[in-house]
Amino acid sequence: MSAREQVLARVRSALGADPEVPSVPRDYRPAGDHLPGAAELVELLEDRLRDYRAGVRRASREAVPQAVAAALAEHGSPSVVVPPGLPADWVPGAVVDDPPLDVQALDRTGAVVTACAVAIAETGTLVLDGSPDQGRRAVTLVPDLHVCVVPVGQIVGTVPEALARLDPLRPLTFVSGPSATSDIELERVEGVHGPRRLEVVVVED
Amino acid sequence: MTTVHLGMPLVRAPRGVGMLREQEPFPAAARRALADPQLRANIRRATGTIRDKRQRMVDEVPDWEQLRDAGSALKAATMARLPELLVQLEEQVTARGGTVHWARDAHEANRIVTSLVQATGADEVVKVKSMATVEIGLNQALEAAGIAAWETDLAELIVQLGRDRPSHILVPAIHRNRAEIREIFRREMPGLGTEVPADLSDVPAELAALSRRHLRAKFLSARVAVSGANFAVAETGTLAVVESEGNGRMCLTLPQTLITVMGIEKLVPTWRDLEVFLQLLPRSSTGERMNPYTSTWTGVTPGDGPQELHLVLLDNGRSATLADEVGRSALHCIRCSACLNVCPVYERTGGHAYGSVYPGPIGAVLSPQLTGVQDNASLPYASSLCGACFDACPVKIDIPRLLVELRAQHVEARAEEHPVPSAEAVAMAAAAWTMARSKRWVRAQRASRIGRLLARRSGRLPALPFPLARWTSSRELPVPPEETFRDWWARERG
Repeated sequence: MSAREQVLARVRSALGADPEVPSVPRDYRPAGDHLPGAAELVELLEDRLRDYRAGVRRASREAVPQAVAAALAEHGSPSVVVPPGLPADWVPGAVVDDPPLDVQALDRTGAVVTACAVAIAETGTLVLDGSPDQGRRAVTLVPDLHVCVVPVGQIVGTVPEALARLDPLRPLTFVSGPSATSDIELERVEGVHGPRRLEVVVVED
Repeated sequence: MTTVHLGMPLVRAPRGVGMLREQEPFPAAARRALADPQLRANIRRATGTIRDKRQRMVDEVPDWEQLRDAGSALKAATMARLPELLVQLEEQVTARGGTVHWARDAHEANRIVTSLVQATGADEVVKVKSMATVEIGLNQALEAAGIAAWETDLAELIVQLGRDRPSHILVPAIHRNRAEIREIFRREMPGLGTEVPADLSDVPAELAALSRRHLRAKFLSARVAVSGANFAVAETGTLAVVESEGNGRMCLTLPQTLITVMGIEKLVPTWRDLEVFLQLLPRSSTGERMNPYTSTWTGVTPGDGPQELHLVLLDNGRSATLADEVGRSALHCIRCSACLNVCPVYERTGGHAYGSVYPGPIGAVLSPQLTGVQDNASLPYASSLCGACFDACPVKIDIPRLLVELRAQHVEARAEEHPVPSAEAVAMAAAAWTMARSKRWVRAQRASRIGRLLARRSGRLPALPFPLARWTSSRELPVPPEETFRDWWARERG
């Protein structure tokens, strides 16, 4: 008998002939109290992000390039990479990841600027789904500073609302603050292997 | 516990491989841990901190109890449908370009992973922290085959460089303080090619920065990575890894080949079900609203991440655990470690005393179930049955009940092996006889007042002579009261 058949046979035998399948109560909150993009959610997201020691600034749609430039300047990042689908005028002079840079080139790059797919206000989470304006996973991983542009319409309240908007067949990355560890005496330290700085630009309509 | 036997023999995790068994009985190991004030101080500080953080984060969620109920029912429903869900997962992963392997036990899983690495021609792998691969002793198996396995989680790195064993599910180096970690880095890293500054301090930020420098070159050059998985979605074939440092993302994204080793119990039926567990897990484990990084991947994405994906589905005693109708709920565990952090026993002994990669209350039930109770016989007794673990568990595993059931199993197994009753059995039978008639009980109570004379100086009763010493060696006997309740009642109301 193959390992596959044997494991499946053991599991079937362990469960017996007709195991009872309990029903799952779903009376937890499917959504928060506010519609996506509501002012309360924007404030909550900002609060949560600051709690993770991420930087947050707001900008109108027209002022995105200035806000991104200010976020980059704050950390003195000379070299910037952007995914191929990011609006070209957001980061003038950036290197476009097309054709894809190799990891050594990414390692020499100081910052990356991307859009995002969904943001979760209650947990302070940004979700990237690999769309052309968010790029390959490596692009938002290797550089030291990640600047993420979030239109308010993408901000939802709860985790269930976010998952319902996402396509599980894409490679997804949920980002809640910069890279961090608590492995030494449970003291939180920002910046281990992923980007050490996270700057978020919230775009108001 | 009711055990179902339908012709298929129960198969447990094999002996002589991996890390699931006590090397010595828990009381002996615990006694040594209790004598180490540094260890106790490190663990007390860490568990106290994390307990407070977790409570704050849980209190913030208005529907926490509803989420726990949903999580508990989802896990029970998954177990009941496990065969069909495993087949569905295999179909989905295969359809999206991955390869699924099945491993009956630790030896088989190690053989599969070793040959997959050898097929790539690589002689080293980067690893993201994985309980399953510690359980099966994968690093040792790879090393025996001439393949270096680099742990990349900071705590696992500390454990690996210190030639130590993990002592906690979430923070495996919780028993080490900053000064000890600095010494491990200073001693070990130069030999591995990482320069350590002469004036390296023990500030956590500086130690973390050093680990970043140490591992960066490995990440950028690694061709093969090995991971575990926190969840697998049967409906879509999606795998998920929940982490903090970004070392997980490095392993899951940069190498060409990714090999994931996962216990067969880690399934959820649908994508939507993750909405429950992604709320329960981070708050229960690190006491955060959300962990810094969660990655999900579904098969191969051309141009993004590993182009060769393998999933090894591991039994290693899980089907035997499943055969136990009550005990199977131990498989619901999502490895958050909340039960460790609230356990008064764990807080005093630390994780090493449990002998297994799964320490604490959940380990005390899971380890003996995976190995068979005779191989971890003392673990079901490594608990005060106070119930704090049940309250903290995000999927409502009734750990105290499982502990009591396992004790009963152990006693039954021992009674079959030893027809002569133990001293404890004799004492309990005598107690039952005494309590069965009220006159006998009253006489015994009066006689107990003699104990007060023995305890006059210390206020405590001394250890009793053999065979009762086996009871008093780890317990203090309460001093009998001056007056029994019956005497008081007779005097006041009689």
